Amino acid sequence: MQANYGYRDGSGEYYITIDTDKCDSCGKCVEACPSKILVMVSDPFDPMSDADIPIVIEAERKKIKYTCGPCKPVDKEREEPCIKACEPRAITHSW
Amino acid sequence: MYVAGIDMGAKFVKVVILDDGEIKGKGMAPTGFDLDEAANSAFNSALENAGIQKDDLKHITSTGAGKKEVDFRNTEVTEVGAAAKGAISLFPGSRTIIEVGAEEGRALRSDENGRVLDFVINEKCAAGAGAFTEAMARALEIPVTEMGALSLKSAKETPMNAQCAVFAESEVVSLVHSKTSKEDIARAIHDAIASRISSMVRRLSIEKDVTLIGGLAKNIGFVESLKRDLNMDINVPDDPDFVGALGAALVARKKAKEG
Amino acid sequence: MATEDSEYWRWKEYNWKDPEMDWKDAEFITAGVDVGSVSSQAVITLDSKLFAYSNMRTGSNSPDSARNAMNWALEDTGLDLEKIQYVVGTGYGRVNVPFADRAITEIACHGRGANYMYGPTVRTVLDMGGQDCKAIRTDEKGKVTAFLMNDKCAAGTGRGMEVFADLLGIHIEKVGEESFKVEKEPPAVSSTCVVFAKSEATGLLRAGWPKNKVLAAYCSAMAHRVVTLLERLGVEKEFAITGGIAKNSGVVKRIEKELGLTALDVNLDTQIAGALGGALFAEALAKKAQKQG
Repeated sequence: MQANYGYRDGSGEYYITIDTDKCDSCGKCVEACPSKILVMVSDPFDPMSDADIPIVIEAERKKIKYTCGPCKPVDKEREEPCIKACEPRAITHSW
Repeated sequence: MYVAGIDMGAKFVKVVILDDGEIKGKGMAPTGFDLDEAANSAFNSALENAGIQKDDLKHITSTGAGKKEVDFRNTEVTEVGAAAKGAISLFPGSRTIIEVGAEEGRALRSDENGRVLDFVINEKCAAGAGAFTEAMARALEIPVTEMGALSLKSAKETPMNAQCAVFAESEVVSLVHSKTSKEDIARAIHDAIASRISSMVRRLSIEKDVTLIGGLAKNIGFVESLKRDLNMDINVPDDPDFVGALGAALVARKKAKEG
Repeated sequence: MATEDSEYWRWKEYNWKDPEMDWKDAEFITAGVDVGSVSSQAVITLDSKLFAYSNMRTGSNSPDSARNAMNWALEDTGLDLEKIQYVVGTGYGRVNVPFADRAITEIACHGRGANYMYGPTVRTVLDMGGQDCKAIRTDEKGKVTAFLMNDKCAAGTGRGMEVFADLLGIHIEKVGEESFKVEKEPPAVSSTCVVFAKSEATGLLRAGWPKNKVLAAYCSAMAHRVVTLLERLGVEKEFAITGGIAKNSGVVKRIEKELGLTALDVNLDTQIAGALGGALFAEALAKKAQKQG
């Protein structure tokens, strides 16, 4: 599942996408996020599954443009901590 | 030498007339839906206020969302450029300038000459502009001009969750129903918009002094909330809504000198 | 009532049951309750078949709204709450359904409900609710394969349309037909933000635009807003729209035109998709619980 969290506003699109098919439920992204906007929960979008997946906390979904601002790389070499922490490369940011 | 700056804002048109760098006249008119009429009306009242004729003006520079609609302009300047020039002339120490108008919020960093180094803009969303407090005042059924003083009476933080002005209206109504005082709600409203504005400002590296301009700067409740959120003191000029027009007039003066 | 007439944004409330079905024949009786920001629905299914539902306005208190919707769906069915084996709560107030066995997200429930309502060929579901807008992609079983949601901003939600119905004094249920009473399709309202779109509309009215033309311009703007959301997710056929706005042809037809796709049609209330998905998950969960003993 491609889970998109975020929004579009006048200045652009701000989405964090988590590909749960790639996710191995290790939880490293949750630890890596300095703003603590990720949590591991039992998959809320598939009630029949028992797998734990990371989600963006509901209250944070409307302000990631700002919350994630400090992690945005100043050059192309550096990656956001959540993206870097994910070995299966399941996390992407749209901006 | 007389020059003029005209700021075509979303809600009001503001005009400043300078005589060798000194303010000689000011004029203001609601923008309404006929931009030509609004521009002429604000302009004529500024001319009257300065006691001069249109022909006495050497140069007219326009700024603001409707800057291209001013037929009688000689040049135009961006809103960010006008804000920087205007703010630096009033507070030369300003390095970070925040402007919150009726429909836009913006923040910029400027050098000592009013040259813009970096800026961010929030547009197309009422939640980060003066329109937010207006809509909330309507929901609270009090005049928007009383919101500031009212919120200063509150010592309590009340969280508002909605990030959208339309949803926030419903939230205000339910706060009223849950017997939250109008003082506390007014403060919650100012805290909410201040937090959005300061998030925007933080995308720049904030350098002191910080100067706040634009129509919302007249709201003392918002100013207090913003100071609290940024945790620093902020300069606020006497006529914060005229700073854009002043900046445009300063640009006009430079252009006129250059000939 | 005169007061009701002036509330242009209000939808009708009603309940329904299938007269051909008898709950006494059913092995599994389950229910889903969707407490939305504006309206609440309760759906009862018998062995995965739709049996009864209700659709009413959400009151100021979620638990009461859930109870009222459930009681109304139960009305004249001869059933009572005790006989329902498993209840799923969903929607904005899902954690406040006091008699629910479990709360499930709207995204999961809408995917599942649309799969029942429109059949297993549905791949893209657009749910336009009172305070949010969701684009969901599902597989042939109704399982969510991708989703995107806007609940930050009123543009593209039912609330935005209510604001316009109120401003123009056109009843929400008539918005669709009224918006097509224009000689030529006007350009869309340019502001995305509902607050700014409203001042833009006021300006258009003052400039002499008839109400219908302003409404048409707003319907286009709203359609455009949700199409950008859909395009970010990717639209795959078949395509279906659920939620209150699905009843508004003024927006639906304009979405179809912009996408170049026709939405599937259904002879059911499009607002019940979430509660229906909830009832179907309730049955699956009841079976799972039974197996585990």
